[in-house]
Amino acid sequence: MFAAVMGVILFVAGRVGGRRNDRVVAYAYLAPALLMLAVGLVYPGIRTIYQSFFDASLQSFIGLDNYKTIFTDPDQLVVLRNTVLWVVVTPFVATAIGMLYAILVDKARMESFAKALIFLPMAISFVGASIIWRFVYTYRPDQPGVQQIGLLNQIIVWFGGEPQQWLVESPLNTFLLIVVMIWIQSGFAMTVLSAAIKAIPDDIVEAARLDGVGPWGMFRFVTLPSIRPAVVVVLTTIGIGTLKVFDIVRTMTGGQFDTSVIANEFYSQSFRSDNQGLGAALAVLLFILVIPIVVYNVRHLRASESR
Amino acid sequence: MSTTSDAQTAPLTAQKPTAAAVAKRRLTSPWASLAAVIIAVVWTIPTFGLLISSFRPEKEIKTTGWWMFFSDPTVTLDNYRAVLDPETGVGLGDYFVNSIVIAIPSVLIPLFLASLAAYAFAWIKFPGRNLLFLAVFALQVVPLQVALIPLLRLYVSSGLSNTFWTLWLSHSAFALPLAIYLLHNFMREVPAGLLEAARIDGAGHVAIFFRVLLPVMLPAMAAFAIFQFLWVWNDLLVALTFAGGGTEVAPVTVALANLSGTRGTAWHLLSAGAFVSILVPVAIFLLLQRYFVRGLLAGSVKG
Repeated sequence: MFAAVMGVILFVAGRVGGRRNDRVVAYAYLAPALLMLAVGLVYPGIRTIYQSFFDASLQSFIGLDNYKTIFTDPDQLVVLRNTVLWVVVTPFVATAIGMLYAILVDKARMESFAKALIFLPMAISFVGASIIWRFVYTYRPDQPGVQQIGLLNQIIVWFGGEPQQWLVESPLNTFLLIVVMIWIQSGFAMTVLSAAIKAIPDDIVEAARLDGVGPWGMFRFVTLPSIRPAVVVVLTTIGIGTLKVFDIVRTMTGGQFDTSVIANEFYSQSFRSDNQGLGAALAVLLFILVIPIVVYNVRHLRASESR
Repeated sequence: MSTTSDAQTAPLTAQKPTAAAVAKRRLTSPWASLAAVIIAVVWTIPTFGLLISSFRPEKEIKTTGWWMFFSDPTVTLDNYRAVLDPETGVGLGDYFVNSIVIAIPSVLIPLFLASLAAYAFAWIKFPGRNLLFLAVFALQVVPLQVALIPLLRLYVSSGLSNTFWTLWLSHSAFALPLAIYLLHNFMREVPAGLLEAARIDGAGHVAIFFRVLLPVMLPAMAAFAIFQFLWVWNDLLVALTFAGGGTEVAPVTVALANLSGTRGTAWHLLSAGAFVSILVPVAIFLLLQRYFVRGLLAGSVKG
């Protein structure tokens, strides 16, 4: 069916010749994509914004009450707090680790292999990554004859500590979930920053070196300023991805023990608690939070290009 | 950005020191190497531990840590048999097939539609072009969550629910803004003379698109295709929303997430299941890493 539609479009486009008919071709080429965007993204988006002003069953109009709930209800405030933690911690730590690693393995032997090790988690699904890390955090009751099978608790035991139920204690558990996201995203940061570092002109480096600039000075005055646009892009990209994180929270804790974030809460409210109005409001909030990051990103990109 | 040459991914001149290399050398190499090794080990060990576990007998996984494997190595394929066989375990094999059935059209449809649209945006002048392009670009901002529930209603009322169409159409629509933007950027880089020459030879839009642009665009399209494939294969949210109810169309991520929720301590199933789901994306990643990195760089930093 799909192939048939495309065949017709191409046939029609092939028939109309001459530059006067360029418009017809342009619209024919654009039509399927624009139609799909309108039905799949624009209409549903507007509909969700509209529904965010309605009650749980979408029956009666309640104005801004859903938004009031998000900012006053104690459970929802925990969700907001967690989201802030995620967005503040993840991009910076992942970028820092990625940058450090990119500098450390630059020009090293087996550089591409070393990079692949850090990069590989990006190919693993969030669900897969969550299972990998749930295993690291696994807890066994601390009784004689019972051995730990989770690496983290085993390390604690080796150092003479008590094994913990890591994913139950708030707010520690949120940080342990953030570790998973950092684990996945550092490879992305490393790849982009490594390319940016390699693009720094040699003569600048050489000149700085002849001036006797030390390693820290080299990083501070040469590397960092040169790759600043890339750093901004990496930070904002990871930030946007982190805002929408859902799979990790759902697979590791299901949002229990005070670990829920906006994206996960949206799912729980919409599909589990049957509170569609609140779910829609959470989705809209997510939308609103993403906008400034993207605008900043685009502006920064424009500014660095025009220089 | 140079689209057709590999110069960008190839290392720069080998002898001249880069800023990072200088910084590193002065950082007294042993410590720098040690730090790099520590990061690499921390990044690899979690996956490695689960991989080892997936080959250990069920009883041993549940009583001793995977590191004990080295003092008492016993290898079995029972766990993989258990997760794949619909009779004894969870039947991950069916979900695996579903994932493939979902992923391939979800890559091809947006790729094809986006390259048509990108062609129109890049090489045909028509009224409203800039405004439309800006609108498409701006749609990248919309998070999936905003579109899911009305879309679900739409599918139910049109009778598409619980078919693969819901996933194909959703993934395609969600991918279009980025795909159009990326392919448009690449198409703009093609020298105008090339198209002009083809036009003088009497080639129409269709001929130009297929004979001139498509061959040049292949690396860019490959980059997008890999991205979209990994994204669709690894997706949980869209799959849960549209295919979470029925088992006929759910992909492997949904099956695995459910397994993790209902049998969270069945590590023999979880470990083997995780690796069944990881197999395809990791293989693709390792084989096509070059394109993947290129796509990553094109999508985020221009340069």
